[in-house]
Amino acid sequence: MKMTTTQSSVLSPQSSPRPQRVLAALSGGVDSAVAAALLVEAGYEVIAISMLLAGNAEGHDGGCCSIDDFQDARRVAEQLNIPYYVLNLKDTFRSKVIDVFTDEYLRGRTPNPCLLCNRDLKFDLLWQRARELDAHYVATGHYAQVEYDHEHQQYHLLRAVDQRKDQSYFLFTLSQAQLARTLFPVGHLTKDEVREKARTLGLRVAEKPESQDICFVPDGNYARFIEQRVTAAQRARLTSGAIVDQDGQHLGSHDGIHQFTVGQRRGLGLGGLPEPQYVTSIDADRGRITVGTKSQLMTRGLTASGVSWVEGFPTQEVTATVKIRYRHPAIPSRIVARPNGQAEVWFQESYPAVTPGQAAVFYDGERVLGGGWIEKAL
Amino acid sequence: MIYLDYNATTPLRTEVLEAMLPYFQMHFGNPSSVHWAGRQAKHGVEEARERIAEFLHCRPAEVLFTSGGTESNNLALTGVHNAIRSKGSHIITTAIEHSSILEPLEALATEGASVTILPVTGDGRVRAEDLVAALRPETVLVSISPANHEIGTIQPIAALSRIARERGICFHIDAVQATGKMPLDVTSLGVDLLSLSAHKISGPKGVGALYVRRGTALTPLLRGGPQEREKRAGTENVAAIVGFGVAATLAAQELEATAAHCCQLTQQLCEGIVQRVPGAFLNSPTHQRLPNTLNVGFSDATGEGLMMGLDLAGIAVSTGSACAAGSLEPSHVLLALGRNAEEAKSALRFSVGRETTTQEIDRVLEVLPQVVERVRRAARKNEE
Repeated sequence: MKMTTTQSSVLSPQSSPRPQRVLAALSGGVDSAVAAALLVEAGYEVIAISMLLAGNAEGHDGGCCSIDDFQDARRVAEQLNIPYYVLNLKDTFRSKVIDVFTDEYLRGRTPNPCLLCNRDLKFDLLWQRARELDAHYVATGHYAQVEYDHEHQQYHLLRAVDQRKDQSYFLFTLSQAQLARTLFPVGHLTKDEVREKARTLGLRVAEKPESQDICFVPDGNYARFIEQRVTAAQRARLTSGAIVDQDGQHLGSHDGIHQFTVGQRRGLGLGGLPEPQYVTSIDADRGRITVGTKSQLMTRGLTASGVSWVEGFPTQEVTATVKIRYRHPAIPSRIVARPNGQAEVWFQESYPAVTPGQAAVFYDGERVLGGGWIEKAL
Repeated sequence: MIYLDYNATTPLRTEVLEAMLPYFQMHFGNPSSVHWAGRQAKHGVEEARERIAEFLHCRPAEVLFTSGGTESNNLALTGVHNAIRSKGSHIITTAIEHSSILEPLEALATEGASVTILPVTGDGRVRAEDLVAALRPETVLVSISPANHEIGTIQPIAALSRIARERGICFHIDAVQATGKMPLDVTSLGVDLLSLSAHKISGPKGVGALYVRRGTALTPLLRGGPQEREKRAGTENVAAIVGFGVAATLAAQELEATAAHCCQLTQQLCEGIVQRVPGAFLNSPTHQRLPNTLNVGFSDATGEGLMMGLDLAGIAVSTGSACAAGSLEPSHVLLALGRNAEEAKSALRFSVGRETTTQEIDRVLEVLPQVVERVRRAARKNEE
């Protein structure tokens, strides 16, 4: 396919009497700082925004949204001489992300809060603010690329140049209208180049370590986080239950389904079995964990719901590669799109650990075709 | 750059700065020291105390210096409660007080005090009959701000304080926003405690005062020295206290002129908004309002978006009180007036001051309609 890139326009806003305004999200990390810096260098008028999502700006260390992160973001904005605002989205984040995250675990699923946040909160809010402030674009420090295909008159969402850092998986819900107004200024750089750029500019976040884990669970212990958050009514769902094999034979017990995810091997407390055992499914209604061997974990495909197609609904079966978790390789597959946002994904060869609640993201080479939320294994 | 956020803070006046400067290096002494250096510093502090006393029409010995309005409020509420809790511990306040009143009272409530929060009218006014109805035999303290920080409503303090004091109940007012904007005479107001802050009247930040009527029982919050007649330990913030005194004197001298100036500007602003911005509604009362404060809601817009849009045009306003800024929570003051959450989130607070000019208001009235329209368009688009 012949593609004409407009990604270079990132570095050269259309010359107009007034510079184009961009709303840039600053997390306090190096990627978003360099993204904002590149836009300033390119001549955009940049307005920086940080979003207070979890914890509070006092106390709460680790994770994102700590007072240190906001201070770093503020200092970067000062260095770039751009206006900086903090938006307090704690309430919205609680209802749209944390509550959903907890509910999903209680339903025996394994949610991905970053995806929920991107889909239901972060980008919508940035675009609304952008329109309010007369900004044409929203920019983030995500490692992904947007290209305009003149021949087909549509935008493509592409993987980042740095394959190890590629975050296109988290962006599959973006529509054409949204891509038209989105800039990912570091998508064509490697992480090393981003850090080098930050050093050259003397940005204080140049050597800042990457944030890990889920931003609202800084210690990474989300089982305990869920236990502390559940309502009295939900608590019943956290009680102990049985661990059974593929035939329903009792093998042991557990003290809460929220501690498990499909494919998990550790923490089952099953000794003395000839082969290692993995979680193959979670039955929330019966509080039951089913385990099996590595081969029993293999599946032929999956069904997905809430499917969105970046470049439009396909009229025929799609040959693609599919990522079923952020860090997993893309699996060669066939995708059958169904109406009402459903899709079936058939793997070319069986693949382990399809996990309900995670996203399945469809790729054609570097291009993101779309994606959806995993409902069950086929 | 246009600054319309005088209720958040004010620029320091040159006269104030000049009065303060000698106290950083020349008169650097500790006022508690007996020697010459101490005496120089002591002189500055005591002269400032006399100025504040003159400002409030009280005795100098009734003025305690603190670190600001928040400390004064904390000291008044917690100090009175702790001093006389043996007699009972019921405290009355209103739904529209500043967080430095409401949060200390929440803390006292967890320690056993009972707190009644009075409702207000749609104008933000406290009704005398509500206060009477809330009184109990064990009521020890009433705290009501004479002028609201967000909407500027002025309360009939003399009438309210009479109700309390007739029954021997201590009456405190948080006069931080009223200072320099309306006369404050502790005798005619009939109050036992009154909180002040310097930086709202062109003084420095980090200094305030608490008026404590002679004979009012008060337990200190800070212990560790004999300063402020053992009610507030710690070496005095001498230069700031000196600046505060001068700022108070200037504010008293210019009270009427500043009020008239501000009144004219807020009227110009209010009329201009009504003319040029459809769907704007007044949250401030139409009468008995601080002359410098105008709170306006803009239907189908978010105050936060408006504030940012104005800021990018160089105009500083606020969505509520500075302490709640950056929060999407609707203002508790506007909710108490009966506004719904959406109306409350659409509000902007304009507060003008001595340095504000008619031309600046003209400029705001040019920019504001465009910013409101853009934010409304963005909100409509988001719903599509």
